[in-house]
Amino acid sequence: MVQAIKRIMELNQLQRSFLEYTAALFREGFLDSQFSQLYQLQDESNPEFVVEVVSLFFEDSERLINDLSRALDQTIVDFRKIDAHVHQLKGSSSSIGAQRVKNSCVSFRNFCEAQNIEECSKCLQQVKQEYLLIKNKLEALFQLEKQIVAAGGAINMVEWML
Amino acid sequence: MDSQTVKPMLVSLSNAYWKSGDGISDQFPVGLRVLVVDDDTTCLKILDSMLKKCGYEVTQKSDAESALDLLRKNKNGYDIVISDVHMPDMDGFKLLEHIGHEMDLPVIMMSADDSKDVVLKGVNHGACDYLIKPISIEALMNIWQHVVRKRKQELKEKDFEGSGISEDGEQQQKSPENFDYSSSANEANYKNLKKRKDEEDEEERDDTSTLKKPRVVWSTDLHQQFVNAVHQLGIEKAVPKKILELMNVPGLTRENVASHLQKFRLYLKRASQHQSGHNNAFMGPQEASFGPISSINGLNLHALTTTGQIPAQSLAIFQAAALGRPTTTSVPIVDQRNIFSFGTPKLTSGDDQQQPNNNIEQMNLFHRIPSSMEPKQLATLNPFAQSSGGMNMQVDSPAQMGQPQRMTQVFHDINGGSHVSCLASSVGQPNLLQVIPSGVHGPSYSSVSQPSTPPGDSFTLMSNSGLSTLTSKGMLQEEVNSEMKGSRGFVSNYVVCGGLGNSPNTIQLVNSSLADNALRIKNERLADMDFQNNPFPGQFSEEDLISALLKQPEDFGLVENEFNFDGYHPNNLPL
Repeated sequence: MVQAIKRIMELNQLQRSFLEYTAALFREGFLDSQFSQLYQLQDESNPEFVVEVVSLFFEDSERLINDLSRALDQTIVDFRKIDAHVHQLKGSSSSIGAQRVKNSCVSFRNFCEAQNIEECSKCLQQVKQEYLLIKNKLEALFQLEKQIVAAGGAINMVEWML
Repeated sequence: MDSQTVKPMLVSLSNAYWKSGDGISDQFPVGLRVLVVDDDTTCLKILDSMLKKCGYEVTQKSDAESALDLLRKNKNGYDIVISDVHMPDMDGFKLLEHIGHEMDLPVIMMSADDSKDVVLKGVNHGACDYLIKPISIEALMNIWQHVVRKRKQELKEKDFEGSGISEDGEQQQKSPENFDYSSSANEANYKNLKKRKDEEDEEERDDTSTLKKPRVVWSTDLHQQFVNAVHQLGIEKAVPKKILELMNVPGLTRENVASHLQKFRLYLKRASQHQSGHNNAFMGPQEASFGPISSINGLNLHALTTTGQIPAQSLAIFQAAALGRPTTTSVPIVDQRNIFSFGTPKLTSGDDQQQPNNNIEQMNLFHRIPSSMEPKQLATLNPFAQSSGGMNMQVDSPAQMGQPQRMTQVFHDINGGSHVSCLASSVGQPNLLQVIPSGVHGPSYSSVSQPSTPPGDSFTLMSNSGLSTLTSKGMLQEEVNSEMKGSRGFVSNYVVCGGLGNSPNTIQLVNSSLADNALRIKNERLADMDFQNNPFPGQFSEEDLISALLKQPEDFGLVENEFNFDGYHPNNLPL
């Protein structure tokens, strides 16, 4: 009996952590409402949807960031190509709600237009940084979620997202 | 979107919208077939999921080429395409163009780029919408409207066939994909339409420009001039250019004349095709001058009527139309025709076959009908007009009548009755009264039930047993069709509202012999119609009639209003 109560309390704890953690991410601008939309799309027929999509995002982003690095390293920089990459990164980050990544892409594009290599490099660094940040946080979040599910709980965005 | 606050969670998606029976019958837009094209896999996955949540059927493609390929192989397989603007292998706008030319599907562009010029580009290339990423599920919920809109546009376009005048050349498009994806019969109809439309398209493309042309109103006078010109030149020799010259009407273009002539010829041709005699008791214009008619062509209107191909009334209309304002000449043709015999004091011939149900006195309404030579407009009936038999028909408002797409074609090829083309009164044409299904939102095609049922009733205009009915959204289809089966192919099913001697709201079959054809329209609808105003045609002044007939819809905005499911408006009746 005590065990059961203990477990429930643990679960509660986990859920609360999850809640707080997510709230913080939103508060600090790492995530925006688009992220919540993802949870809407998750259901019984698609129980791992959010994790899947975010994983895709990670893959895409890493590829794009690499491409960008390479492009900026060229002797003759192809700004159009760079712009295209950044544009794509902007698109995918916005679609999962990775707000800070998206914003850094916006600045990046501006400098692309200006064809300023130095600034572009800086932007790339910025993008990279933001990306890594959000990656870490989301991974932590998913871990938490896993634990919750393992403990018999569930994440129901509808209810707790405010 | 304030990054600092967490937005309230969206409403749970299991709301009534997704459920079937959401008010729009047939579960539409559930099952809408969407093709989504985006090279961004993350986005693609999200869109896929969202669209599925909306109840749509989704196909994903990550590059434009394969998407185009898929569409080409499967022309009728998709209802709408959503495509990203920036793609590595092909520019999204190019894809948009291709789709527009080849398949003419509605295409929605999307991009993370929200700059005005890109959006404008989308508009210019013909995108029906532009979504900015990140795309929310709400944005996707309503994309079906583009399918519906396009569809209606197509139907409207279709009605313009035969008319060289179109509102907007840019709207000349091929038929859309099958709207009712659950019915293959519909598909057949669409293909039929598409074919016809395509045939017309070439010709119409020549005539139309991308500029909006002012409507040409073929008033009685104008038509009379036209007829005179044709008469002068001789029907064989009448070419648009010469007619135009003879008419000498400022602002009239060769194209206007050409399309009018085409319709006129069509009418004449049809008229002369029918030979058999049939007693279609119907009225003939009392004062119509038939003189010119006989000389115009070998038109055997009489025969036409008798074969039942042209309801006598329409025949009358034609004559009146052909003749323009009635003159006082007598009617030489009289001998030829049974139908027109009565009710025409001017019909000097001794042909006084009294058709069973006719009241001669009632016949004087049609001769006033303003010119319009469109055979397809035969269906127009004067709500005041009366026939002794009356027909079950409902007349819609002139406001609606002005909208070509509403018209039903009364005329049918004897054999090919299954297709109802719409009275494509060209936009600017004054209308013979047109019988329009009330609540019609666009012609629907025969024999297949349309996915949605309009609230309005429908009715049939038929001149033929094989007739397809013009119902709004196919509502009365089955009913009419089954009724049609009973018909013996006789025409005369003209609705004449408020027929004398009949109860004001009843429309009965003209010819008693046809009574068992039971072409009946829901009479109860008639109650809505304002027939009561003029139960006695004799009381109408000529001017009243003409003005009623000539009433044009104020603007096409009106048309658009009709394209909803609200049914028709009784107020629009021509009374």
